[in-house]
Amino acid sequence: MSSLMQEMGEKALAMGIPLTVQLDLTYRCNERCVHCYLDHDDHGEMATAEYKKLLDELAAAGVFFITMSGGEILLRKDFFEILEYARLKHMFSVKLKTNGVLIREREAARLRELAVESVQISVYSHRPEVHDAITLLPGSLARSIEAAKFLKSQGLQVILADVLMRQNHLDYSGVKALAADIGVRFILDPTITPMMDGDRGVLSLNVNQDVLQKTFRDEGLVGNVEEFCSIPKGASADEMESYPCSAGHTFCYVSPYGDVYPCVQFPLPSGNVRRMRFLDIWNHSPQLNEVRDIQLRDLPSCSQCVHGSTCTRCPGLAFLEGNMRGPSLQDCEKSFARTGIPSKNLEAKRSGASAGHSHGLGAGLVQIQGVAPSPVAVPALVS
Amino acid sequence: MSAAVAPGKRYVARSKQMAARRLGDEVMIMAGSEATVYTLNDVAAAIWEEADGLTPLDEIVERRICRDFDVAPEDALQDALALVAELAGHGVMEVSDTPIVSKRIPGAPESEKGSR
Repeated sequence: MSSLMQEMGEKALAMGIPLTVQLDLTYRCNERCVHCYLDHDDHGEMATAEYKKLLDELAAAGVFFITMSGGEILLRKDFFEILEYARLKHMFSVKLKTNGVLIREREAARLRELAVESVQISVYSHRPEVHDAITLLPGSLARSIEAAKFLKSQGLQVILADVLMRQNHLDYSGVKALAADIGVRFILDPTITPMMDGDRGVLSLNVNQDVLQKTFRDEGLVGNVEEFCSIPKGASADEMESYPCSAGHTFCYVSPYGDVYPCVQFPLPSGNVRRMRFLDIWNHSPQLNEVRDIQLRDLPSCSQCVHGSTCTRCPGLAFLEGNMRGPSLQDCEKSFARTGIPSKNLEAKRSGASAGHSHGLGAGLVQIQGVAPSPVAVPALVS
Repeated sequence: MSAAVAPGKRYVARSKQMAARRLGDEVMIMAGSEATVYTLNDVAAAIWEEADGLTPLDEIVERRICRDFDVAPEDALQDALALVAELAGHGVMEVSDTPIVSKRIPGAPESEKGSR
């Protein structure tokens, strides 16, 4: 992150401004990815006029960066109308997340005209038989790659985004090479998110510790392996005052139905823009204010954990495990894979397992209920 | 687009390729896919915010700069011309001898001129 961007983030935090908002424009999708956390039925998406009103409110609130995602954003017939309104009327910096299947030359040219900041395309393998078996859409890899090339030829910043799963963990190097061949960026996300309704079945697709350990020691992904996997020192006094992440501080998420959450991965209902002004929700939601109050020192287990300050604990994943102040076991597993040192939570799990306090999730992960917390959440690995 | 200071009216317009937002006393501008960020101080921000392509620069200077910053119009205009030329060089702003008319924004009233 450039120092200017960091400065902007710090200023927004000090001023209480929601600098970045993710808008999922639809949950409908033309793919059916096996790891997806969404229900793809339309339960009453916001109409074009409602989105325009919301964009007006977001601009007034000081929002600068918008990520438009889904579902598949291009399934909305009014997608370009909404994007155009966001870019030309309010000059938001807009990033898009898409599977690219519906992007051809004409769409790519329009996105260039509208100067979107970047387009992230989901690609799970360089092999059609693997990628298409994940998306359950025959021909989808070819379409997604074509889209990346169309967008690249327009001079747009394109990112191929992969998710590490049991089905494709041998293929991320192939996707990375493909990205390099096209001349675009590559990121790998090692996190599979539980369904928004709390169903954790998709977590069975998580890779095991061996694969995580190997992935975190891939210099081509993480850079300096020694540094990335270094032994944690525990949190300093200053770090104890820090916030877990930007969710609820300078970032929030709005669903296609107008529900506001701290983050797409933190489905804590905090208000609805169909019933209240966005800024009133942002400023006065008891849920958002509760999230904002939480510092590392307030996390009963994580504040005592050696990984406290270096762990990528996601408060949303912790919330989905039952306690936003608790540990996120997926992130505990990642900290362990990086360093070889178990988190306080994992240690508790080991001792608690014999006492019957834990239960398997079928993914090499074990969720602890009613045991204290610990912090983690590995960000996307960027090459 | 010229960086030279010349007599006559100058019209300035925010580039549609940019993203921008006021953050406190500054305006942050981001150059799309280049991911380059510029910050404008309060004087430059005032010009940016009024740069609708239709209002002459000298009017903007008189209304927003001279009034708010206690500076002589001639000096302020010279500085403003240098500033917009620099911003135009970065593609942040368009500068023209004639009004810069942009297409109507979808969903915006006919009378609406630009983004604020």
